[in-house]
Amino acid sequence: MKDSEKLQKQALAEIESASDLQMLDQIRVNYLGKKGQLTSLLKQLGSLSADERPKAGQIINESKQIVQQAIESRKVLLEQEKIDQLIDSSSLDVTLPGRGVDKGGLHPITLTLQRIQSLFQQIGFDVVEGPEIEDDYHNFEALNIPAHHPARAMHDTFYFPDGRLLRTHTSSVQIRYMTAHEPPYRFIAPGRVYRCDSDMTHTPMFHQVEGLLVDKQVTFAELKGLIIDFLTVFFEKELEVRFRPSYFPFTEPSAEVDIMGERGWLEVLGCGMVHPNVLQNVGVDPEEYTGLAFGLGVERLAMLYYGVDDLRLFFDNDLRFLEQFH
Amino acid sequence: MKFSENWLREWVNPDINTDELCAQLTMAGLEVDGVEAASADISDVVVAEVKTVEPHPEADKLTICQVDNGKEELTIVCGAPNVRQGLKTALANVGASLPAMEKLKPANLKGVTSNGMLCSARELGLGEDHDGILELPIDFEVGTDVKVAMDANDQIIEISLTPNRGDCLSIKGIAREVAVLKQLNFKQIEIDAIQSTSSQIRNVRLEADDACARYCGRVIESIDASVATPLWLKERLRRSGVRDINIIVDITNYVMLELGQPMHAFDQDKLNGDIAIRYATEGEEIQLLDESHQQLQADTLLIADESGPIAMAGIMGGQDSAVLEDSNTIFLESAFFLPEAIIGKARQYGLHTDSSHRFERGVDPQIQTQALERATALIIEYCGGNPGPVTEQRFEAGLPSNPEVILRKKRVTDLLGEELSECFIEEVLDNLEIEHNKNKNQWVTKAPSHRFDIKIEADLIEELIRIHGYNEVKPVAPLSRLSMKQLDQEQNLKERIRSTLVNREYQEIISYSFIDPELNKLLKSKEETMFLANPISPDLAEMRTSLWPGLITTLQYNLKRQQNRIRLFETGLVFQGMKDLKQSTMLAGCIYGNKYKKQWDINNSSCDLYDIKKDVECLLATNFFAKDLDYAKGNHPILHPGQCVSVKYRGHEIALFGQLHPQVGKQINIANSVYLFEIYMENILSQKEIRYQPISRFPLINRDIAVVIDDDIQLKDVLMQIQESATNLLINLELFDVYHGEGIEKGKKSLALGLTFQATSSTLKDEEVEAIMDTVLAGLNNKFGAKLRE
Repeated sequence: MKDSEKLQKQALAEIESASDLQMLDQIRVNYLGKKGQLTSLLKQLGSLSADERPKAGQIINESKQIVQQAIESRKVLLEQEKIDQLIDSSSLDVTLPGRGVDKGGLHPITLTLQRIQSLFQQIGFDVVEGPEIEDDYHNFEALNIPAHHPARAMHDTFYFPDGRLLRTHTSSVQIRYMTAHEPPYRFIAPGRVYRCDSDMTHTPMFHQVEGLLVDKQVTFAELKGLIIDFLTVFFEKELEVRFRPSYFPFTEPSAEVDIMGERGWLEVLGCGMVHPNVLQNVGVDPEEYTGLAFGLGVERLAMLYYGVDDLRLFFDNDLRFLEQFH
Repeated sequence: MKFSENWLREWVNPDINTDELCAQLTMAGLEVDGVEAASADISDVVVAEVKTVEPHPEADKLTICQVDNGKEELTIVCGAPNVRQGLKTALANVGASLPAMEKLKPANLKGVTSNGMLCSARELGLGEDHDGILELPIDFEVGTDVKVAMDANDQIIEISLTPNRGDCLSIKGIAREVAVLKQLNFKQIEIDAIQSTSSQIRNVRLEADDACARYCGRVIESIDASVATPLWLKERLRRSGVRDINIIVDITNYVMLELGQPMHAFDQDKLNGDIAIRYATEGEEIQLLDESHQQLQADTLLIADESGPIAMAGIMGGQDSAVLEDSNTIFLESAFFLPEAIIGKARQYGLHTDSSHRFERGVDPQIQTQALERATALIIEYCGGNPGPVTEQRFEAGLPSNPEVILRKKRVTDLLGEELSECFIEEVLDNLEIEHNKNKNQWVTKAPSHRFDIKIEADLIEELIRIHGYNEVKPVAPLSRLSMKQLDQEQNLKERIRSTLVNREYQEIISYSFIDPELNKLLKSKEETMFLANPISPDLAEMRTSLWPGLITTLQYNLKRQQNRIRLFETGLVFQGMKDLKQSTMLAGCIYGNKYKKQWDINNSSCDLYDIKKDVECLLATNFFAKDLDYAKGNHPILHPGQCVSVKYRGHEIALFGQLHPQVGKQINIANSVYLFEIYMENILSQKEIRYQPISRFPLINRDIAVVIDDDIQLKDVLMQIQESATNLLINLELFDVYHGEGIEKGKKSLALGLTFQATSSTLKDEEVEAIMDTVLAGLNNKFGAKLRE
């Protein structure tokens, strides 16, 4: 069967030189299709003797198989080439920017508040809020700061003509919450507070987080434990922390807490054990319950955490500043 | 309060350096604010005596002096008016270092060489005085280093005292604290009673025994008030931050600094009749030592003689009875005014004095006589004079006396969280001069008269922990019983809304809650609101009723800084009403500039109403289903009347947005359109309830149509009409184009709408959908004259 060998050879050569899938398919039709040349050979088998037929048939079939395989392999190759080409032609400048809507961002004070809140929420503190225009009772009187107490002079209070005021601390929320709920208490009160003071290091409005934990047998040692824990986690590093006796009318003992910074001690917060008078004022028996309280200056913590050196930046709302916190 | 370390060390001298002393004071609650040297860093400045003074032939204002510096006589040229023969003063030798120059050189002054310089106090960093050269006491030894002679190797320590520690507003008080901390004894200076050599007295009546419980007085005759205050005393005053005035005033101030008792001296000859300690009658007047005229209010305590007020008690004396250099006889006052009577009074008149500061915080009610004797002794030593007897008016019941307080050992342990030994507790009580008697597991205690801050058990425990050392207490984690709580919905919503806005390119801002009334007027706020009585400045005086003024101010601020595409939001309280004040949490935002940040391959243009609408839709989607919300034309005085949208839920407005009225934009100098939204948080708190709906497994059929319709017909009405006629097989209806222009008649628009049909129980047939579409189109045609676009 010379024809078969010849056709096979011819087909393989054509396959080898087929440059695309279409040509390849044409070759397949030419040789293996219903009217293909190899297929036709098979049809001519009838003209052979019964002895020759099986052998000839076998040879033709082998040729067909060889051609079929060659086509398959060539096809894989050509397909690969086609994809390679596609990839080549569709490769992009990956450094061009992405398209569409960008992201905005939260104010760094909100970010700091969120951090503080989630840290305290982890250990079961609620978050409570209260009014910013307050009365004298909740901001001062109930917190053991009677009229004309020298501590009031430290507060630089904004007043309204009718005697109401802008809260000078979120401690006022303590009173509202404790009056409305039964102990034990475990909450923080974040929010805006106001002092009539404006210079390099003071803005007339700033943020505070007041925290309170009142339960049976809350101790000064626990106050220390909680505060040190918070500072360590907040600043994400071991810190040198010191507690320094201070004075707040609504806590006793009272402490200022300092951390060691690059240039010495930095005051970061005030805290203390809830003053028995405050508990009495909200109808809680100070013999049965004791409590710890703390007040965090959010701007101060944000400044230390982000390395911001001017408090006033927080309220200029300059986008070039705010966008740094995205 | 400022004080001289050397002075303190005369009273108590612990074996620690300045830094350690300061650290210990701070850790005891007497926070050291600063330490500065009592003099500048000077060297080779010595006590010298001016031997001769001759005029300079070439200069009127200069003199040529021969000065003895202890080693030699030098020629010094001096320009000071007070240089005179025999004066002892400070000489900077050639080679001396002074704050103004490192190494003093001989100087040629108009032809005469000066081999050194006579110095003023300021030139030596010993105060501000620069009127003349330093005048040193005549007994100073020539040649001695000036710093040694003046005891100026000293530190000025400034402590900031909390209001409860009035007892530390004196050298004696600080010394007492240091002694307790270091367990040292502190030296009490000896104060003897001075024998009277005159019988003159001035009668005093206590007419306000709720305010003044003790008034000690003494007349001293024939003093010489013109003598100069001795340098050491002046220096101690200076290092305490107190100005020297005249010898008598300086001595009373000195005693105040030393013992903590504010005193006052009147010129006895200027007083008229008996003295009364009484409240003012409204409108009485006094001219004070600071030369201010005060109209007195009836709650003000006075020292008055028969002709009227002579001092504002515990605050400041009157000018008319002031002791001057020519005063001959003085009346010294040493009184105890109750804190309640003085607190806030100085402030009421815009005053704050060393005296009021002490009386407000509490002066020891038992030291008046002692202070009087101490001042008398100093006056007699320097001014001579004949003291009369001490007179004392007292209202025993009005003198504060500390209560008996029970201190329980268990309570100490319970509050502290660790145990303090009985031995330690008693030692601290002893050192603090707190009387105590042990009775089983508790002590009955009584605090000394100088402590105004120990009234209850907690006060005592604070003292114990303070002396024990806050830093000695071992921190432990708080204990708690755990329980779960519902999530805080408002909190939760706030967070979700914030992140929605952040994801839509908004930047959060925080603006002041008080705003500029002028801007607010411009923004036509119709709400009644509150004004601060004492704003920090007039443009921060009005409480905000909306967040828009803050957003607009921030927008302006950033536009001025060349930002051109801005999206801002804020959340916070707004304040409405006065009597019925309502403080509500609001959320508001504004957008300005292009739809997108400048970027490649995007169709960018100025944002418009529909951009902010999408933002609002996304915000509201956190808590509402879109189908429950109704968007209709709204109304707001500062919004564009044709571009103001009110969003309603069940008939209640829950959000408002739109374009800033172009007229307002012009007034506030914003060139392009600004879009604003605002939402009251309380209106969007109710959570949408999500309930699962089964998903149909049958195929969808989509039909897109374009209808031409009058331009003034609102989309909402078209959609409603379609929904009504389309049966519930219509499961989705969306607008995907609005077209004006070529091919569409003027006054008309083409709306391209996509309708999706699906049945829940069978496969829809095309014929069914065709029938529905016919109904839909017929409906649109009937109602709006709409035609299918060719």
